[in-house]
Amino acid sequence: MTELVIIGGGPAGMSAAVAAYDSGIRDILILERDTALGGILQQCIHNGFGLHKFGEELTGPEYAARYEKMVFERKIPYKLGTMVLDITEDKVITATNTEDGIFQIKAKAIILAMGCRERPRGALNIAGTRPAGIYTAGTAQKFVNMKGYMPGKNVVILGSGDIGLIMARRMTLEGAKVHAVCELMPYSGGLARNIEQCLNDFNIPLKLSHTVTKIHGKERLDGVTIAKVDENRKPIPETAEYIPCDTLLLSVGLIPENELSKTAKVELSGVTSGAIVDQNRQTNISGIFACGNVLHVHDLVDFVSDEAEIAGKSAAEYIKGKAENKINIPIKTDGKIRYSVPQVITEEKDITVYFRVSDVFYNVKVNVKNEKGEAVFTKRRPKVAPGEMESITLKKKQIIGSKELFMELEAVK
Amino acid sequence: MYDVVIIGAGVVGSLAARLLSKFSLSVCVLEKENDVAMGATKANSAIVHAGFDAKEGTLKAKLNVKGSQMMPKICAELGVDYKNNGSLVIGFSDEDKRTITELFERGQKNGVKGLEILDKAALSEKEPNISKNAVCALYAPTGAIVSPYELAIAAMGNAMDNGAELKLDFEVKSIEKEGEAFVISSDTEAVSAKYVINAAGIFADKIAKMIGDNSFEIHPRRGEYILLDSECGSLVSHTIFTTPTKMGKGILVSPTVHNNLLLGPTSEDVEDKTDKATTEQGLENVLNSTGKSVENIPRNKAITSFCGLRAVGDTGDFIINSPLVGFINLAGIESPGLSASPAIAEYALELLENQGLKITEKADFNPIRKSAHYFKNASIEEKNEIIKKDKSFGRIICRCETVTEGEILEAIRTNPKPHDLDGIKRRTRAQMGRCQGGFCSPYITEILARELDIPIEQVTKCGGKSIINIGKTKEEIQND
Repeated sequence: MTELVIIGGGPAGMSAAVAAYDSGIRDILILERDTALGGILQQCIHNGFGLHKFGEELTGPEYAARYEKMVFERKIPYKLGTMVLDITEDKVITATNTEDGIFQIKAKAIILAMGCRERPRGALNIAGTRPAGIYTAGTAQKFVNMKGYMPGKNVVILGSGDIGLIMARRMTLEGAKVHAVCELMPYSGGLARNIEQCLNDFNIPLKLSHTVTKIHGKERLDGVTIAKVDENRKPIPETAEYIPCDTLLLSVGLIPENELSKTAKVELSGVTSGAIVDQNRQTNISGIFACGNVLHVHDLVDFVSDEAEIAGKSAAEYIKGKAENKINIPIKTDGKIRYSVPQVITEEKDITVYFRVSDVFYNVKVNVKNEKGEAVFTKRRPKVAPGEMESITLKKKQIIGSKELFMELEAVK
Repeated sequence: MYDVVIIGAGVVGSLAARLLSKFSLSVCVLEKENDVAMGATKANSAIVHAGFDAKEGTLKAKLNVKGSQMMPKICAELGVDYKNNGSLVIGFSDEDKRTITELFERGQKNGVKGLEILDKAALSEKEPNISKNAVCALYAPTGAIVSPYELAIAAMGNAMDNGAELKLDFEVKSIEKEGEAFVISSDTEAVSAKYVINAAGIFADKIAKMIGDNSFEIHPRRGEYILLDSECGSLVSHTIFTTPTKMGKGILVSPTVHNNLLLGPTSEDVEDKTDKATTEQGLENVLNSTGKSVENIPRNKAITSFCGLRAVGDTGDFIINSPLVGFINLAGIESPGLSASPAIAEYALELLENQGLKITEKADFNPIRKSAHYFKNASIEEKNEIIKKDKSFGRIICRCETVTEGEILEAIRTNPKPHDLDGIKRRTRAQMGRCQGGFCSPYITEILARELDIPIEQVTKCGGKSIINIGKTKEEIQND
C-alpha cells in the first residue's frame, strides 16, 4: 500500500506532490509515462509561464524545472516511462514499464493529474482525402520542439486556441509560411496576448468564422478548401477558397484524458469532460482527487499549480484521517457561465470558484444566488471571454446556510 | 519462372497465395502499392455476410455461403479477430416486410442456416437501441464480423512464411505470352509464370485487357464510412442492415471486432478509380441514414472517416473465369467479396487444376500464424514473462489502444513487413484509437526510422510522397 499515488508528473502532478509532502505525507509515488517529469511543459518552449506564481516570465521547461527542483529536494519518489493502465474503485492501480513489467499498487489516496489530449481531424468529419501533413498542433509542437523536425513548410492552421496561435509563430520562426489561421467562431479562443504576439506581429491573417471544408492531396497534403460559416456555423459554399499548403495544423479542442478516471468509476461532468469535484478537488470517490487539465482545461499553468496545491493538501488531510464532510452544496450555472470548478461545496469556508463563460460578454456582473434567490455575491467584469478562465472568491459567511448556489451573468445597464 | 503469379495483394490475392503455398509450387504475388490490403480490403464493412443477399445460383451466393463457413477456421489459424455476432436486416413498412421475406426465402435456397423473421418485440429484445420505427427484422445468426486488412496481412505473411514471395511497388504494365510462360512486366522488372491469377481489384479489367480479354469492365462505386469511438461499441451487438437496393446493401450500423462502431457505407458510382476522398454530403448521409436505424447514435463520438471504392463488375456477379489457358480472372469482387474470399481462393485453385496445374502438398506447410494480438490477449503473468525476456513489451507507445513497443517491433520484423506508419497501424492498431496517432506517431516515427535504418525525414505515412517531416529544424541543422 502506498499512501499517495499521483498519476502524471506534469505541473499538476508535481505541484500536488510537493503540497502533499509539505503537509506531512512522505509515502508518495508519482507515476509518469514520459522519460522525464514536466508533462506538456517540456514542449512549450515559449515564455509567459509563471507571471502569477513567480512574478517572472518563464518558458515552459523553466517553469517545470522549478517544480522538478522542489520534487528532487524533497526526494519525492517517482517512476518514469510508466503508463497506468487501470485504476479500480478501491484504488488499485495497474501500471507498466520496462523495469517492473506490469505491476499493481494499492493506494490510500490518488491524485489524478493526467492532463488532456487533442481532438483529431477524424472527430470533426472534415471531408476529403487522408494524406500525410495533417497534425494536431501539439503533435507538430512535439516534432518541432522535442524531436527537431519540421512537419512542413506551407501551413494552414484550423483553430485559434492558444496551441494553434503558438504554433503559428513557432512554424514561422522555423522558416515555414503560415498562410492563415481559421477560426470557426466569430472570436478567438486564445489569450489576447497570443493574438498579438503570434499572429499580428507576424502578419498572419486570422480568419474568424471560417473553417476547413475539404482536404486535398493523395499522399501528402496539397491544399485545403476553407469557407466562411453562417450564424449556425455551417459553411457557406459560395465563400469557398482553396489554399495550397503542405501542412494543416489542428487546434480544435483539448479533451481531458479521463479514461483512467472512468475505470475508477469517477463521475465526470458532461460540460468539462473532467471529474465533478468539491472545493478540495475530491471526486465522488473518497480519496480520489483531480487537478490540472484532466479536471478542466486551463489557460495558465499558474492556476494549475494553485489547483494542484489544493488537491495535494486535501489528499494529505484525507490520508491523515480527516473526517468526511457532511454538507453538499451544488453550484449550478446559467449556461452563460458554462461551468464552475468546483461543482459542489462540501465545507463552509472561503472558496475560490473558477469558471468559464460560453461567449464573449461585455459589462457584466457575476452573480451568485442561493436557492432562495438571495444574492450572496456579486462582482463586475468589463469583459469575459471563453478563452480566459475567471475566478471569484466566496467568503465563508456568504456560503453558510445555503443549500444550493446559482452562478449567473447579468448584463449591466 | 514461377508456377503461379498472383496480381494483387488484397484479401483475395493473399488468401489465394496462402492456399497455393500449401503445395510444392513457386508462388509470387505482385502488388502495385507499397503494402498488402491497400485497396477495398482496408476500406469495407468488415462483415462476413450470412449469404442471403445474392441471387440463388450466382457465384456470389455460392461462394459467400461457403466462404462464411470457412472463415472461423481460417481466422483461428491466422490469429485474426473474428466474431460471430449475427446480422439483422430491419424493416419499417409492409414493403420492407415483403423484402425481408424474400431475403429469408433466398437465404434458405442459398443454404444459409438459422434464419428467422422477428417481429417488433423480438427485435427490440435483441437490440434495445434499435429504432422505434422498426417493425420487423430478418435475423441471421451466422452473420459475423472480421478484421479484413488483418486477414489479408496474416494470410500473406503465412503464405510468405511457407515460401511464397511478395513483390511490392510492382505495378503490372504489360503481360506477354512467350511460349508456355506469361511474362509480366512493370516499368523496371519482369517476372514469368506458367499461371496467372488476376486479383487486381478495381484494376482487374485493365489487367485482363493486357492479355486481350476485353469482355468486362470494372467501374468504381464509392462507399464512405464513419468510425465511432470504442465507447460506442456496444450500442448494438448485431450488424444492423436496412433492406437492400440495387445500389447495394445500404448504410449499416455495426460493431467492429475492435469494439468501435462502424457507420456506412454510402453507395455512389464515380469515375475516378484513384479518388478516395470522402465528401461532406456522403458523411452527412451516413449520419442521417444510420440515425433512422438506431437510436441515440452519438454523432460527436466520431474518431475518423474514410472511403473505399468497390470494384463493380458489369455482369452483376463475380467475374471468375479463364479467358486464356493459364490465366484466371478473380474480378468484380465487390460485396460479398470479403465473405467469399476463402472460397474464391479455393475456386481459383480448382480452375488452375482444371488447366493442368499439378499440386502436391508440402509436408512442412504450417497453416498457423501467431496472432498479432497475442500479447494483448495474454494474462498479466504471461505478459510479465514476455517482458522479462524483452523489456520493449513493458513500454506502451500507443496509449489509446495500449500497444507496446515490443508489439510494434514484432510487426516491423514479421512478414509481410511494413514500411510506414499506416502499415504499423494496420498490423498493431497503434494510431487507431481515439487520438488517431496524436500521441504515438512521433514515437512510432522514431522507431520506424531506427528499425528501417533511414533518416527520420524519410519516414512516410503510406509510402511515396507521404513524408511525415520535411526536414530538420534550423537548430537541429546547426547542431549537426
